[in-house]
Amino acid sequence: MRPTDTANPEYFHKVVDCQYACPAHTDVPGYIRHIAQGEFTEAYMLNRKSNVFPGILGRVCDRPCEPACRRVRVEEKPVAICRLKRVAADNRGDISALLPKAPASNGKKVALVGAGCASLAVANDLLPLGYECTIFEKLDVSGGLMRSNIPSFRLPHDVLNEEIDNIINMGNCEVKLGNGISSMRNLLEQNFDAVFVGTGAPRGKELDLPGRQEADANIHIGIDWLESVAFDHIESIGKNVLIIGVGNTAMDCCRTSLRLGAKDVKVMARKPREFFKASAWELEDAEEENVEIVINHSPKAFVLESGKLVGMQFELMEYDVDEKGRIVDTRVTGEKFLPADDVILAIGQENAFPWIERDLGIEFDKWEVPVVNEKTHESTLEGVFFGGDAAFGPKNIIWAVEHGHQAAISIHKYCQGEDVSDRLPDGQTLASTKMGIHEWSYSNDFDGSTRTIMPHVSLKERFQKLNIEVELGFSPELAAEEVERCLNCDIQTVFTDKLCIECDACVDVCPVDCLTITANGDEADLRTRLTAPAENTEQDLFVSGALPQTGRVMVKDEDVCVHCGLCAERCPTAAWDMQKFTLHHPHAIDEAAPPPEQKEVA
Amino acid sequence: MSFIKKPAVRHPKLPLNELGLTVRDYEGGMSTLCAGCGHDAITGAIVEAAWGLSIPTHRFAKLSGIGCSSKTPAYFLRDSHGLNSCHGRMPSIATGANSANRDLYYIGVSGDGDSLSIGMGQFAHAIRRNLNMTYIIENNGVYGLTKGQFSAAADRGSKAKKGEVNLQPAIDPCSTAITLGATFVARSFSGDKAQLVPILKAAFNHRGFAMVDVISPCVTFNDHEGSTRSYKYSRDHFAPAIMADFVPPAEDIKARYEEGEAMPVELHDGSRIVLRKIDKDYDPTDRVNAVSNLMRNNDAGEITTGILYLDESQPEMHEVNNTTATPLIDIPYSKLNPGNDMLRKIQSRYR
Repeated sequence: MRPTDTANPEYFHKVVDCQYACPAHTDVPGYIRHIAQGEFTEAYMLNRKSNVFPGILGRVCDRPCEPACRRVRVEEKPVAICRLKRVAADNRGDISALLPKAPASNGKKVALVGAGCASLAVANDLLPLGYECTIFEKLDVSGGLMRSNIPSFRLPHDVLNEEIDNIINMGNCEVKLGNGISSMRNLLEQNFDAVFVGTGAPRGKELDLPGRQEADANIHIGIDWLESVAFDHIESIGKNVLIIGVGNTAMDCCRTSLRLGAKDVKVMARKPREFFKASAWELEDAEEENVEIVINHSPKAFVLESGKLVGMQFELMEYDVDEKGRIVDTRVTGEKFLPADDVILAIGQENAFPWIERDLGIEFDKWEVPVVNEKTHESTLEGVFFGGDAAFGPKNIIWAVEHGHQAAISIHKYCQGEDVSDRLPDGQTLASTKMGIHEWSYSNDFDGSTRTIMPHVSLKERFQKLNIEVELGFSPELAAEEVERCLNCDIQTVFTDKLCIECDACVDVCPVDCLTITANGDEADLRTRLTAPAENTEQDLFVSGALPQTGRVMVKDEDVCVHCGLCAERCPTAAWDMQKFTLHHPHAIDEAAPPPEQKEVA
Repeated sequence: MSFIKKPAVRHPKLPLNELGLTVRDYEGGMSTLCAGCGHDAITGAIVEAAWGLSIPTHRFAKLSGIGCSSKTPAYFLRDSHGLNSCHGRMPSIATGANSANRDLYYIGVSGDGDSLSIGMGQFAHAIRRNLNMTYIIENNGVYGLTKGQFSAAADRGSKAKKGEVNLQPAIDPCSTAITLGATFVARSFSGDKAQLVPILKAAFNHRGFAMVDVISPCVTFNDHEGSTRSYKYSRDHFAPAIMADFVPPAEDIKARYEEGEAMPVELHDGSRIVLRKIDKDYDPTDRVNAVSNLMRNNDAGEITTGILYLDESQPEMHEVNNTTATPLIDIPYSKLNPGNDMLRKIQSRYR
């Protein structure tokens, strides 16, 4: 293999799997280390730089980082990354002086449609550059789905309000509530330099089965129903409730039902558990509240008696699954009736743009989804940008935030008359963490503790009111234990081949057998000749240049490295060093004033 | 040394030996030697060899004297027996231990100072007795613990770290051991585990005295230009004469080698060591040839490596002395100590 090009930020970035998996590339190990040192404010601000809403995301993020966490390669459970983020938000000090303020207007006006996370993220990036932002929101409150669809027992309103206010109070930002846009043509005729559409995926999917129309009074569309609950339009539900679908919205629906008086709530799934769309932890939280999740039941009909819904008829399903986990055959083995007073449909949601005229030059594909450039977020009409669920269909908050960052770069470039596709690349800084002979500026020893369990409000108390937050959050003491589980994957093992004397000290001391000095070969061949099996081909091998004494190469399988630094401690020539990797993922502010060229710190 | 211990966490897919153990189960404590010491690599090779042979760690006894090398038994085979003796006296305690329990695998770790200066007499006589043990000399040419004076193994003309030149000739442990009657003599290099590990496996299974001289650079006091024991010099002058492969009893040799290429030698437990000649003039079964080749190569400045001499036919200490085949621990006390009457009877023979 050719020597690994570690000057390309992609290589070390992929070693920080949590950060790599995060759409916004939040510096997870970096903020965890701040928390470890009690620097909650710094941890919060580091988060805010990437993900804008640390308090909100610390509670309800979809957490792509946690399944990616490398801890699971040497132990059962990942670091509780998301909940540590909340620790930073809960314990931080006053940040008002640290937040950016809008300078005098630069004369450019941007319209943002929808006051959800995507539009707010765009405003967050553009306001400090002097743009005047106007946010149009059809509801009487801001926050979008974060407010209308996420129940307050998971996300308290004061947390939501504070983080939204931190953006709109920067200045030069007008939020027009109760002011939905009914015509894009109309909006384009107004005097805006750019338009951003962040209207989400507001339409819940229908389930057209016999009885649907007749029983309409007791059949609810999940996201609409959650919105009605959030705005106090609905305050009760029947005793027996069936939730159709088993995604995260279904989990919110079933838990909300319990708080509105339901006694028996069943979540009905067509397929077995391994096909569920809901996150594992959301399923756990629902089951903790005695929600029954019923598998292999496919809805067949709504059943009515004297014009009123009494239950649903299901087909009992059986599946054949091949060794790769794919369904290869499906059978119906029988039918079953389950009683229900109310049914909530939570089987997905989709985009809806009835307000965008189709003759404006904004192209839509055959699924009525706008054609949007994945990098620039620009639609086929110059100056109109899409982000969040509105752009590529339903994803989650953290994706919407990153869309906002990227769209903000494009809007800035567009308004400045620059090419929107000519963007700054990612950069990196590497800085040695060596403090003394065997001292590093990070906690390098491996801590064998298991994942800290999140304390919850008791089952007795939590149903008394709709807005009692169930998760209590980690205390600083619990957080202090959890932070030590982080493997510091951003502290990179950086190798200088010309210094190596091939004494084998690093190879012998590595607790997880990552290192091998061997003759070079192609990747498939090398993987068979390493100290320990290197079967995770997703994780690149590090291959050095030829070593000075024998011409062999140093090969590191990054897969299970625990970043303990022993290779560097046992290296007599400092050929290994432990260096903090900082990713520079450009935002609009960097495009506005590009930083000096990044140099590698040896 | 390092401030943290080697974490217990391990690679989830480490291979298992016949006992179901990973190589991590054969490690010892964290080394306190200088970072980059050749001795640590030898420790790693011992761990790998013992794991590879699937011998339980409690079947090993580790013995050593004084010196950097003699600290290393603490760093391998955590759950084995061991004794650390006075300077140069490891062969004596090894003899005592082996006399009492002939069923254990004995690993003696010594250095060039411990064996070739203060312990030279002990070393010679352990060889003469053909004591059944593996005797490893971790040879770095200097006294590391006392900051780098030349040892008896330093080559004439080699330079100390501050430039001083050694004027005395070196004692070569390999040719010395062969002339003293050693039945297994090998030399290797700490920086070449591919060669060292099979040699150690063969040495553990050799019946009699197996001397393994391992060039082990002192990274602090003897790894500079002008040294003849540095990593660089050793690699530049490394000359494998004989490559050795260890073949466990169950495996078929014919499947692995071309006819005529290999010289299989059966060890007493049924495993075999297959010697492959690199230097065609070298015959590791002919003592005179081995010594003359070694001397010639030494004079040419070559570090001849491999299993340099091997004789499986010589009786070891217990056979020569016709001692009991049972380890003393397994003999009932009444038999081991037949009592006062018997003692008097024996003593009366000498009146």
